Amino acid sequence: MDNPVLTVLIAMLGGAIRVSTPFMFVALGETLTEKSGRINLGLEGTLVLGAMVAYAVSYLTGNAWLGVLAAGGAGTVLGALHGYICKLPRVNDVAVGIAMMSFGTGLAFFFGKPFIQPQAPHLEAIPLGAWSDNPALAQALEVNPLFFVGIILAIFLGWAFKNTRWGLIIRMTGDSAASAKAMGVSVDLVRFLATAAGGFLAGIGGAFLSLSYPGIWNQGLSSGQGLMAVALVIFARWDPVRAIMAALFFGAAGAIGPSLQAVGITQGYYFFNAAPYILTLIIMIISAGSKSAARDVPGELTMK
Amino acid sequence: MTLHSLSRRSLLKVGAAGLAATALPFGIARAQTNVILGIVYVGPKDDYGWNQAHAVSVAALKALPGITVVEEENVPETDAVAKSMESMINIDGANLILATSFGYYKPFVVDLAKKYPDVQFRHAAPLWNKETDPANAGSYFPYLNQAHYVDGVAAGLSTASGKIGFVAAKPIPSVLSNINSVLLGARSVNPNATVQVIFTGEWSLPVREAEATNALIDSGVEAITCHVDSPKVVIETAEGRGIKTMGHNASQAPLAPKGFITGAEYKWETIYKAYADDIAAGKTPPNFLIGGYNNDMLRNTPYGAGATPEAITAADAAIEALKGGAPIYKGTLKDNKGNVVVDKDYDNYDPYLDGMNWLLEGVQGSIT
Repeated sequence: MDNPVLTVLIAMLGGAIRVSTPFMFVALGETLTEKSGRINLGLEGTLVLGAMVAYAVSYLTGNAWLGVLAAGGAGTVLGALHGYICKLPRVNDVAVGIAMMSFGTGLAFFFGKPFIQPQAPHLEAIPLGAWSDNPALAQALEVNPLFFVGIILAIFLGWAFKNTRWGLIIRMTGDSAASAKAMGVSVDLVRFLATAAGGFLAGIGGAFLSLSYPGIWNQGLSSGQGLMAVALVIFARWDPVRAIMAALFFGAAGAIGPSLQAVGITQGYYFFNAAPYILTLIIMIISAGSKSAARDVPGELTMK
Repeated sequence: MTLHSLSRRSLLKVGAAGLAATALPFGIARAQTNVILGIVYVGPKDDYGWNQAHAVSVAALKALPGITVVEEENVPETDAVAKSMESMINIDGANLILATSFGYYKPFVVDLAKKYPDVQFRHAAPLWNKETDPANAGSYFPYLNQAHYVDGVAAGLSTASGKIGFVAAKPIPSVLSNINSVLLGARSVNPNATVQVIFTGEWSLPVREAEATNALIDSGVEAITCHVDSPKVVIETAEGRGIKTMGHNASQAPLAPKGFITGAEYKWETIYKAYADDIAAGKTPPNFLIGGYNNDMLRNTPYGAGATPEAITAADAAIEALKGGAPIYKGTLKDNKGNVVVDKDYDNYDPYLDGMNWLLEGVQGSIT
């Protein structure tokens, strides 16, 4: 590669596509949950458990897509558990979420031990870059199908929140439980379902980590990506399409650190490795103060 | 979990814990063996890396008569390791404790060694200080850079351009020495060889390790090696993109059937066997034990499909030379900022090299 700027840009494009998918799924799941008026901080645990279950099932059955489904299933169970516990009186959803985070990772570490060494079948990527004779670009454009699933899902969710009956019910439950009750909607049921569905999506995000990129299972696999994705929801102001943008942005920023070192800008890599967090903070500070930002927060969230 | 709670309980019961060990019923089992070896790992013992290298060596000891092995994995470098080691001493009756992670040493190993003077503690990094640290503690460490030098020789002759990539965790001396040794090995057979390094900043960060590997491949390297806790991601990612690989810590050959050249491996069993023999014979194991190819503490992974015949010949010759003590850092060498950092032939264990804070000319990378 001759042109360093081009190299870094291609790496950022590749990074956006490769790294963003788990953030997308967790952020979409969390958006759905928070729109219903509940916060599930346990999605980091769901992500890790999803990764482990996906890897184990893919290894045992030889079918990676079965692994994805199983990860979704495991995520649903964790989400449902969170949803059920929060239904009980005087339970704080943030505290339960933190407990669920430890529970999910602990469960994954416990059952995941025998699967650290074996090699499980991966999800096949779609070689969209096959037309290019630039190997870096061809590699950057090897896109996992789950990436497109995530984008379509985000557009669908964004549309459904505005245009479907259940989308409006979720938003109403999230903005004012009293009005939902007045309408005869079971607030607990809506939140339970929204949390379980959010868990399903986060589980699939985990499956991407272990079955596509980086494509292994070990205990350091997530290193906090689930928590970052929950933060991205706030960054994206509870809008599914903006959540996708945030995830892409975050993935691209994460590629800056390694690729700068690869083109010879080797000083200050600790700083460049922190780029995603620094950029996220800057954008949040710029955008969070506005009135429209305050309007986007679901009214029932306990974070206010 | 049970190990921890038992440990706490036994601590409450008795202050003089040495007595407690003999009072416990487990003492019966102990009578049948001479050496009870307790080993603590910082991660899972099947991580294809650092912990696995220890675990494989300890597994080889289990078959020997007179040795009982007690293991605990995923012990963080906190108070938890003190509890683990203490329960190994009090409940299992361990008389030799091996602490395998860098951060275990101070204060945990040092404090426990003072508390249990009859138990031998050995730690896998050259940190023991004769003046200040207890006499029943100690250090052991093979100089893996010698095996990475062999990696470099093999890679220099298994690639056309001699462009080698290195995914490194942190710029500490042992990592820097591995990077420099790969370069010197490759330069010994190909004067144009270069090493391009990317630091990830953490010992285990799979996503960034994969990104770093992709970035190195995109910049045109032909072979990749690494110094991170679990090399699986780096090796698999490179193999997936058709790039040759050299392993680190343990054998990663099964992960790269097409492109694996060779890899740098520890041979901890040489050390562990020597310790066990000493204790069985009633001797105190040495406090400070370092080594490399000259005393059978290292090996290179059997050559894979990525190694060319010339590479195998040259690498085997390099191993023989290292066994005879041939120096790696010799002559006059400049760092990649132009300063002369090596002005004579250094012995492979020269203390000067332990303080390495430079990357040689030919390495693209920076330690800050």
